[in-house]
Amino acid sequence: MNRVAANYLDPYRSQEGSYGIGLDNKINPYLLKKDFPIFQEKVQGRDLIYLDNAATTQKPYPVIAAVEKYNQAFHGNPHRGAHYLSVKATELYDQARQKVQEFIKARSRKEIIFTRNTTESINLVAYSYGMNFIEENDEILLSIAEHHSNILPWQQVARSRRARLKYMYLDKDGRLSMDEVKRKISNKTKLVCLTQMSNVLGTIFPIKEIIDYAHERGALVLIDGAQGLPHLGVDVGELDADFYVFSAHKMLGPTGIGVLYARESLLEMMPPFQSGGDMIEYVTEDTASFAPLPEKFEAGTPNVEGAVGLAAAIDYLNNIGLDKIYQHEIDLTAYALEKMKGIPYLTLYGPLDLEDRGGIISFNVDKVHPHDLASIVDLDGIALRAGHHCAQPLLNFLQVGASCRISFYLYNTKDDVDKLLESLERARSWFVNGS
Amino acid sequence: MDLNQIYTELIMEHSYNGKNRRVLEEKDREERGHNPNCGDDITLQIKFTGGRISDLAYTGSGCAISQASTSIMIDLIKGKEKEEALELLEIFLEMIKGTELTEEELEMLGDAVVLKNISYMPARVKCAVLAWHTLKGLLGS
Ligand SMILES: Cc1ncc(COP(=O)(O)O)c(C=O)c1O
Ligand SMILES: [Zn+2]
Repeated sequence: MNRVAANYLDPYRSQEGSYGIGLDNKINPYLLKKDFPIFQEKVQGRDLIYLDNAATTQKPYPVIAAVEKYNQAFHGNPHRGAHYLSVKATELYDQARQKVQEFIKARSRKEIIFTRNTTESINLVAYSYGMNFIEENDEILLSIAEHHSNILPWQQVARSRRARLKYMYLDKDGRLSMDEVKRKISNKTKLVCLTQMSNVLGTIFPIKEIIDYAHERGALVLIDGAQGLPHLGVDVGELDADFYVFSAHKMLGPTGIGVLYARESLLEMMPPFQSGGDMIEYVTEDTASFAPLPEKFEAGTPNVEGAVGLAAAIDYLNNIGLDKIYQHEIDLTAYALEKMKGIPYLTLYGPLDLEDRGGIISFNVDKVHPHDLASIVDLDGIALRAGHHCAQPLLNFLQVGASCRISFYLYNTKDDVDKLLESLERARSWFVNGS
Repeated sequence: MDLNQIYTELIMEHSYNGKNRRVLEEKDREERGHNPNCGDDITLQIKFTGGRISDLAYTGSGCAISQASTSIMIDLIKGKEKEEALELLEIFLEMIKGTELTEEELEMLGDAVVLKNISYMPARVKCAVLAWHTLKGLLGS
């Protein structure tokens, strides 16, 4: 194992001396890349240029090593045995929960529920809260920019509970104005579901203002932090969100583990989502009483290695600093937008300035279908996303059939942008000139 | 793999030229095919004369692979008996699955063999087979 990994054999030992920070106190992605073994792989015989971070991110050694160490030395079934390994697994799982609690600044560990991913977190809220507390003629308000996983569960709830689903639309720059918010939130609004950052346009929504306004009107708010948290962080206490959800795999962690944060009083009143082992107190033939929070919502043997990996990812991000990561992404976005704006065959979607936006750029190349483009740049080792990005209502609203999307993270470089633009040029020329 | 092994001249030509892209004045049936992921969306229209496919055309939109595959298929299938068309469909689908075809089978597919390399691109297989599956739907029952 290499030198970087060796530092992390104990999953929770903090990183001594951050890699990847230059003398100017900024991220040096060329150094950071060395922490990510995937960049040693060749794709189509070329260096990998990974621009699909909004879909999922790559893992640094510390995360890989923490999961490996857990499986090698500490694996047991948490909460279920008196033996060493069960105790150890319980300890690590609890520590991971505490790490998450501190990272998003929740008041209590009871407010951190581990799930499989953002989608499951939202489904938990929809089935446990929505199906029980949303009433006929209540309104559920979404933004048109939501990911399918923050739309479909609400369609189900609206159908079953005879509630109404309403949408807030974006202005021509892809922003959500407070005027639109105020127009749509009424005293019938029971729940507002909103993404912190659009996974297609990169726009950051004014969630604090929206939450305050919704609360004044008596509505609860669910924030989808899948795209926001990895880049912007969150303070759920200050934000005063009622529900906040995210996935580990978009913030350098493993797949198969996500989080639901919810206000303790809400979780107390919500019935369990799934039932079985680990979430009970007493069980008789006909009845059961439920375990206290957070176990009440975690039926069955949990994903301990996932939680351990997420905790290691949080350590890694904290060591670098989310503020530095965001600044780095914005520098790259500025660089990319400046170049892309000057290319006549590109159509860009979303805001062209840097205000309230993150490192996601959606675009189309004239005369090249997004899927052909994705295949062509893949031949150059470039990973980007093409299609509807699980946000068909947004693409319909924008009247775009499909688009290409690049999304940055801490390890991306200006070289990545330059190589992408060269590859786009090659694709364009092949489609237009046949060579 | 290289660009010119996938986006061959023939594929580019078929994806651009619109000779099979039209609406039939007289049709017996039509069928729509759709790839939700790619957004490829085509409608095939067919006209039979006896047991023979006397006319076949498409409308719709999508990526170059799906459009070219549709157009090449129409060139191949038009004028064929229904049974013969079904046999060609199966051979084509086998090729895209990666099955080695005999010389004779390759010959039967004609220009459609240019799509063979798609069998090495799992992400694009759906694009290549869309029209062929849609036609299967049209010919079935
Ligand atoms: C804004 C947003 N919400 C939800 C999701 C779904 O996340 P997951 O697939 O991890 O549940 C994604 C990512 O795909 C996303 O970008
Ligand atoms: Zn396609």
